[in-house]
Amino acid sequence: MFEFLDKFMPGILESLLPRASSYAVQIDVLFDVITILVGFWFFLVLGYFFYLIFRYRQRDGHKAEYISGETHKQKQAIEIPHYLILVCDVAIIIPTFLVWFNIKIDVPPPDEEVRIVAQQWAWTFYHAGEDKVLGTEDDIVSVNELHIKNNTQYSYHLESKDVMHNFSVPVFRLKQDAIPGRVISGHFKPILEGEWDIQCAEMCGVAHGIMGARIFIKSEAEHNAWLAANTPIPSDAGTLAIVNQNRSQEKKDRKNG
Amino acid sequence: MAHQIVATGRSRTGIPTGRLAVWWIIGSEIVIFGGLIATYLLNRFNHGPSWSAEAAHTNTFIGAANTFWLLTSSLFVVFAHAASERQDAKKTRMWIWLTIMLGGFFMGFKSYEYATEILHGYTIFTSNFWSFYYLATGLHGFHVLCGMVIMAIIAENDIKNERNWHRVENIGLYWHFVDIVWIFLFPLMYIAK
Amino acid sequence: MAEVVHVEVGHGEHHDDHHELSFWSKYIFSTDHKIIGFQYMFTGMAMALIGGYFAYVFRMQLAFPGSSIPFWGTLSPAAYNSLVTNHGTIMIFWVAMPVLIAAMGNFLIPLMIGCDDMVFPKINRLSYQIFLLSAIVLLASFFVPGGAFGGAWTSYAPLSAKAQYNSTPFGAPLWLIAVTLEIVAFLLGGINFITTTMNARAKGMKIYDIPMIVWMIVIASILFMCSVGPLVAGAVMLLFDQTLGTAFFDANAGGDPVLWQHLFWFFGHPEVYVVLLPAMGIVAEVTCTFARKKLFSYKLILYSSIGLGILSFFVWAHHQFISGVDPRATYLFTTTTLLISIPVAIMLFAFVATLYGGSIRFTTAMLFALAFTGEFLLGGVTGIWLGSSGTDIYLHDTYFVLAHFHYTFVPIAIIATFAAIYYWFPKMFGRKMNESWGKIHFWGTIIGFNGIFIPLFILGAGGQHRRIYNFQNYPDLAGADMQDMRVFATMSLIVMLVSQIPFLINFIVSIKRGEKAGKNPWKANTLEWVAPSPPPHGNFGPVLPEVYRGPYEYSVDGREKDYWPQNEKPEPEAS
Repeated sequence: MFEFLDKFMPGILESLLPRASSYAVQIDVLFDVITILVGFWFFLVLGYFFYLIFRYRQRDGHKAEYISGETHKQKQAIEIPHYLILVCDVAIIIPTFLVWFNIKIDVPPPDEEVRIVAQQWAWTFYHAGEDKVLGTEDDIVSVNELHIKNNTQYSYHLESKDVMHNFSVPVFRLKQDAIPGRVISGHFKPILEGEWDIQCAEMCGVAHGIMGARIFIKSEAEHNAWLAANTPIPSDAGTLAIVNQNRSQEKKDRKNG
Repeated sequence: MAHQIVATGRSRTGIPTGRLAVWWIIGSEIVIFGGLIATYLLNRFNHGPSWSAEAAHTNTFIGAANTFWLLTSSLFVVFAHAASERQDAKKTRMWIWLTIMLGGFFMGFKSYEYATEILHGYTIFTSNFWSFYYLATGLHGFHVLCGMVIMAIIAENDIKNERNWHRVENIGLYWHFVDIVWIFLFPLMYIAK
Repeated sequence: MAEVVHVEVGHGEHHDDHHELSFWSKYIFSTDHKIIGFQYMFTGMAMALIGGYFAYVFRMQLAFPGSSIPFWGTLSPAAYNSLVTNHGTIMIFWVAMPVLIAAMGNFLIPLMIGCDDMVFPKINRLSYQIFLLSAIVLLASFFVPGGAFGGAWTSYAPLSAKAQYNSTPFGAPLWLIAVTLEIVAFLLGGINFITTTMNARAKGMKIYDIPMIVWMIVIASILFMCSVGPLVAGAVMLLFDQTLGTAFFDANAGGDPVLWQHLFWFFGHPEVYVVLLPAMGIVAEVTCTFARKKLFSYKLILYSSIGLGILSFFVWAHHQFISGVDPRATYLFTTTTLLISIPVAIMLFAFVATLYGGSIRFTTAMLFALAFTGEFLLGGVTGIWLGSSGTDIYLHDTYFVLAHFHYTFVPIAIIATFAAIYYWFPKMFGRKMNESWGKIHFWGTIIGFNGIFIPLFILGAGGQHRRIYNFQNYPDLAGADMQDMRVFATMSLIVMLVSQIPFLINFIVSIKRGEKAGKNPWKANTLEWVAPSPPPHGNFGPVLPEVYRGPYEYSVDGREKDYWPQNEKPEPEAS
């Protein structure tokens, strides 16, 4: 539905920043719907306001009128526009509910997962590696770089080691607070190859402003090449067993936010 | 400034200005304590078993005794108010001082209670339950103390000189409020285990 | 409605009994509501200069990153955070609230309801003294080891709770203590606003004869009182976490950091209406006087503001949509947030409708009042993008939010305040401010203001986040077109700041050398214009006014004069 509406919308956000996730179009369309409805009322009222200022400026021979605003007709002059605004509010609330559900409540089954740990003042990303399972030996850990494969449904699990942070990817139109003591999960599906900013969107201390990271969205071939080049060398069997045991316990403890 | 302000004496609503002011103060305090108690309740629901385990160690006997002191003191302050309406300075002062005395018992029992708990290792840092316990009961105790001080001032400064009788009712209102807060705290901290 | 039976003798009668008051008694330790009003006003204005200076410094950093800023030097990331934090904190708690509520309320309420002072003058004085202490504590936080708190005016835990996270072991508790003291000062002040308005009204002044600004300050005080309690509780908890090491907000020890957010925003949202309502009251007064028109639907405005107050308690989590609260709760909060636009719109439309059929005089005060209506309209509507939880996912913590709240706060705290100052200056000091300088001040302020924040809407929609020290660190945001907008915004700020110079000169010079104003230079109806300009101690002399009609009887049909003061006795019936 949103893709269909998008054809008639001005695409304001897209003109500023590309859409790199499957649900970016929904937020962009909602933004445009609000812009059109609100813009209409805003310019109407502002225009009328300027007209009144001009028309009723003090001039010789014109005396002001005595209007209480308490007669039925006068009150209606205010009340009727407000019923119309209420209709517009409903027209905004309905797509709002849909967009929110799709992005923040719905949980599409993931093809891949990433674990994101925020701290003062860096991002640590745990990629699932070639086996596509988090918490195993072949996980690739990187700092301030998130590498993901285009056109793949991802599930993310967000944590914080210390204070509140916020994982924000503007080209996805995505944002989520990271709360210490909790693991919060969400989803995204990249649709555009490229390299963009990740920002921290919650004041987290002295270096909050220097806590940027980058997201790399690659084609399948490029992503596989990156995996192959970065997979860690497996350690000996004994350590492997302990590590696996710890990591699977971690998985059990993880709760959805 | 020795002269009277006209505004202070006016009463377009029929309610004396002093009483309105006390209701305003009580209103502000209700929201403060209300916020604290609501926060406590939310935490209690979220941490049911662990908080119950901690709450088991509060001293219900002392809590109950303190409830008795406060309720009775509220009764005494009502008597003080009645005496002030009759402009009986001697009786008013007597009932005020008895109220203060019971407030003193409350604070005395509370001091003993805190001391024993701390000696047994239950300090404000022991756990979140105890942090709330000391904060809520401590803040309440501070209000009891302030009430006692103000009552003493009214008794000796105003009633002794047979003036400002309305202040007895006003401090009585405040004292009832302090009592009511305790009526909420007592079951939450001492009975719900 | 029992009238207290005693003979009312106005204050003035007793003047002969006074010994001449010393400078200290008259100006520093005064209990006179007018002096206390001035104390709040001048403290607020001084804090506004400090808050504005901070904005200048950090905007210079954003426009010319890493450069040496004139009148500051180079700005470190830690200092940047402190300036941003304290700019917001100062503007809300030490400028908007004291000037709009305490200064205007204290000066105007006894005059407008026709009595000689506030009901409890000594409590009034105490409230200012606590307020002054709070300002001193806040400023002191800049001089302690570690510097001033830098965790944003919202002070989220756990950043604000532990010095190991925020690096300001003394600044953080001092900031918190300052805010708490300020809250206590305003709770005390509220006692006077409520009791005086309800009880000390002039004879004949019925409920709907009360001027709108008085109503607005009363409702704002009630709103403040009902919402601030949980924050006070939370502030004590946070202070204990900071100084004693308790764990109310520490997730590692059983506490909950999100709890702070709820306690903060439960107050934080009603707070914006606490400052909005008095500003609207000012605009109502000024608009009616200079359009020569009765206020359009007084009762609708009054009931809407009460409805607004009540509804404001149910929207707070729109500040927390993506904070990890239960996502289903957002359905409720986004709905209530969009609905709250209705009462605000009703009030704004009523101001617009008041212009209809008027005869508008473009004095400086009126220009500012009109500017409020236009600018706040933009501020209010931009809230819709943020109130919709879907778009908020993208816009949260961006400059779009920042531009939205400046388009609401600047009209409230700055534009409406200037309208009030130009309007009531003659009453306060007995002289008028210069109108030509006022017009220069007006245009410089408004053009500057719009120049700062329109680009910020665009930058925010383009993904620029708040509280970031240097956007050159982000490749997507470092482009020349975006940086040009930042420079433009900073230059506009300088225009706006420089435009305050004519205002300050005008203000100071006019106190001594302005055109002398009589009792009622604007030919207005409300009771403050009955008292001499400036009013003496006791305001009205021995005989206090009585009221016979509402406050906005302008341009009544059949009357020669286009205004009808509230206290003018009705003419006897023509035979």
